[in-house]
Amino acid sequence: MAVLTMRDALNQALKEEMARDPSVFLLGEEVGAYQGAYKVTQGLLAQFGEWRVRDTPIAEEAIAGVAVGAAFIGLRPVAEMMTFNFSILALDQIVNHAAKYRYMSGGQIRCPMVLRGPSGAAAQVAAQHSQAFESWFVHIPGLVVVMPSTPRDAKGLLKSAIRDDNPVIFMENEVLYNFKGEVPDEEYHIPLGLAEVKRAGKDATIVAWSRSVVTSLAAADLLAKDGIEVEVVDPRTLRPLDEDLIFESVRRTNRCVVVEEGWRYAGFGAEIADRVQRECFDDLDAPVVRVTAADVPMPYAKTLERAYLPQPEKVVDAVHQVVYR
Amino acid sequence: MTVSKVVLAKLSPTMEEGTIVKWSKKEGDPVKVGDVLAEIETDKANMEMEAQGAGILRKVLVPAGGKAPVGSLIGVIADAGEDISTLLKAAGTVAPAPGPPPPVAAPPPPPAAAPVPLTPVSGPRAAPVPPPPAGGRGRVKASPLARAIAARENIPLAAVSGSGPGGRIVKRDIESYAAGSPAPAALAPPGPGPSVVPFPSVAPGQEIPLSSMRKTIAKRLSESMFTAPHFYVTVDIDMGAAVALRDQLLKGENTKISFNDLVVKACARALPRFPLVNASWMGDRIATHSEVHVGVAVSIPDGLITPVVRNADRKSLLEISQEVKDLARRARDKKLRPEEFMGSTFTVSNLGMFDVSEFTAIINPPESAILAVGAVQKVPVVAEDAVRVGHRMKVTLSSDHRVVDGALAAQFLGEVRLRLENPISLFA
Repeated sequence: MAVLTMRDALNQALKEEMARDPSVFLLGEEVGAYQGAYKVTQGLLAQFGEWRVRDTPIAEEAIAGVAVGAAFIGLRPVAEMMTFNFSILALDQIVNHAAKYRYMSGGQIRCPMVLRGPSGAAAQVAAQHSQAFESWFVHIPGLVVVMPSTPRDAKGLLKSAIRDDNPVIFMENEVLYNFKGEVPDEEYHIPLGLAEVKRAGKDATIVAWSRSVVTSLAAADLLAKDGIEVEVVDPRTLRPLDEDLIFESVRRTNRCVVVEEGWRYAGFGAEIADRVQRECFDDLDAPVVRVTAADVPMPYAKTLERAYLPQPEKVVDAVHQVVYR
Repeated sequence: MTVSKVVLAKLSPTMEEGTIVKWSKKEGDPVKVGDVLAEIETDKANMEMEAQGAGILRKVLVPAGGKAPVGSLIGVIADAGEDISTLLKAAGTVAPAPGPPPPVAAPPPPPAAAPVPLTPVSGPRAAPVPPPPAGGRGRVKASPLARAIAARENIPLAAVSGSGPGGRIVKRDIESYAAGSPAPAALAPPGPGPSVVPFPSVAPGQEIPLSSMRKTIAKRLSESMFTAPHFYVTVDIDMGAAVALRDQLLKGENTKISFNDLVVKACARALPRFPLVNASWMGDRIATHSEVHVGVAVSIPDGLITPVVRNADRKSLLEISQEVKDLARRARDKKLRPEEFMGSTFTVSNLGMFDVSEFTAIINPPESAILAVGAVQKVPVVAEDAVRVGHRMKVTLSSDHRVVDGALAAQFLGEVRLRLENPISLFA
C-alpha cells in the first residue's frame, strides 16, 4: 500500500474519476493554471485540458451556480471553494438550488455535484479564514456532507461523492493536506454514510471528524498512559449520519464525548449529543460532554488560537469528566 | 369545561384515612396534571398526592391538619368560570380542622384515582398507588446507566452512595455495592446506625390524639396478638466469635456492622431451610413463601415501622448492613416508599441498644414468626471448668402456633445460633 498525503490522495480520486467518466469536470479559482491554491488539482489541467479543468473568476456564487446548472443537465461538476470560508457567498445556490431541486421537481431534476475545498482553522489566518462551517451545511435537507480525516478516507469518499446523484459538500482540512497515510493501490471507494472506528477502546466513546479525529487520537494516547482506553468513532459523513455505529459504541462504553472544531452554540456535536441521550439513555453513566471551539471569532494571536481550538488536553479533561476519574 | 373532584387517594395498602399535613396549592392556584397538591400523612409515612386533573384549585374542603377517609372529597379542581356549587352542596360540609375523623358509615371505597375527573380529561389514568419503584421519581440522583443496572440487579438505589458530582450514583457505585464494598467516596462517614430515637415528650395527664400510625399499630398488633396463638422459645447465643468478627471488619475494612445485621443475615440464611417459619396462615391453608424478605423493626418518633430487606438470603452481610442503615435513616425521616415497608415474610426486632437482656415481640401479620433480640452482654461463663468473661445474647422467637410447632421453632433457633456462633459461615 502506498503512503500518500491527503492532498495526493484527493488528487488521485479526481484523476481517476475524471478518467473514468467524461462528464466529471472541475471548476474553481486557480484550479487550472496555478494547479490549485493547495495543489489538490495539480497536473489535472495538463492531463484533461481546459475544457474539463476550468479556472473561474473570484465569484463563489457564480462557481456554485455554474456547477448547479451543469449538474441539472447531467454533468458531474466538482467545484472548488478556495476555502469554505468563502462558500457563504454561494449559499443561495447551495441551499436554494442544489439542495432543493430534486425534491421540488419530484425527482425529475438531480444535482450530482461536489463542492469541495478546505475548511477549518489553519495557522494564524484569523477570524475570517479559520471557520468550521459544517454545522451550517448539515442543517440543510437535500445535502450530503462529508469530512474525511485520513488520506484513505479522503480518496475513497471523494470518489463516492463524485458518483453520488446528490449535491455533496466535501469539506477537507488545510492542516490535514500534508498528513500522510496508507492508501490502497487498487481501485476502491468508501460508501457515503458509513462511520468508522479509528481506535477501539472500552472506557469512553469520542465522536470526532476531520482534524478533530487527529486531536482525539492524540488525546487517546495521553489517556492510555493513565489506563483509560477510549474509542474514537469518525462519522466521516455527517449527513446522513451513521448513528448506529455511534450508539453501538456508546452502549459498550457508557460514556460519550463529542469533539468538533466548530463553535459550541448549535454546533453539529449538539445533534450527536441529542441523539445519544435519547437512544442510549439507559446506557449512559455520565452526561454527554462536548469539546468545541471557543464561542468567539478566531483570534489572530498564536497563543489565543491555541486556546480557541480543541486540543488533546481539553479532550483528556472531557474524558476524565465522563469516566469520573 | 372540566371539573375534577380531588379525592383522598389510598397512598398505602393499609391506609384507611389520612391527615392533610399541608396543601401545596391554595385556592385559586392553577393546577397542572401531576402537580403536587398536598402532603398527606398516611398510617405509615408522609406522601405527596398529585393532581390528576387540570384547572384552578377552586375549593379546599379539608384544610391542613384535617383528617379524611380514603376516597372522600377533599377539594375541587375546575376551570375558573365553572359552576361547582352542586358538587359542593352534594359534598356537604366536610370535617374541617383537626379533630376526630368524620364517622365512616360505609367501608372505605376501593383505591381511587385522585381526583376523579367528572368529564374526560385526557384519556384514562392509572390510580396513583403505589408510587413508582425506586428511582422512578425519587430524589436519588443516579446516572441512567446506574438506574438501569440497579433495576436489573434488584439493587435499591437509595442504599447506594453516589461518588459522582453532587452525589450522583454512577456505574462504579452500583458495581462496588454489588461487590459488597462501598465506593471510594462513600467510605468517608459511616452512616448513622439504627440509633435510638428520643421519645416525644408527653405530659402526665395529657390526652393524646391518635396518629394514623398509632391506630394502625393498635389495630394490626391487637389483631395479631388476639388471633394468632403466640408461643415463645428463647435461646442463649455465644457471641464471642461475632464480637471478634465485628472488630476485624472495623479494623480491616473500616466497616461498622451491627449485631443486628448479623442476626438478620443469620435468619435470612436459616429461613430457606425452614419454610414454615417463612410462611403465612391463610385461614384454610398455610402459604410458604419462596422468597425471604426480612423486616427490621425501627423505632421512630411516634411509633415504629418495619422496613424490609428484600431477598435477604441472597444479599451479603455488608449489603444488608448498608441497606438497613439507609432504610432506618429514611424511616425516621418518613421517606420510605410503601414497597419498602411492605411484604416482609419474617421480622427481627431488637432492643439490644437499650441493654435489654430479653423480651418477646408480637408477630407482624401475616407472618408466622418474629425474633426478639436482646443485648450482647458480658457474663460469667463456665469454660473448661473455669469461670470466664463471655459474650452472650438472648433471642426469643415468637411463633404462630397455627403454623409453627415448638420443636420446629427450637430447630430454627438452633440453626440461627449455629450461624451466629460460627459467623464466618455468614460469608459463605
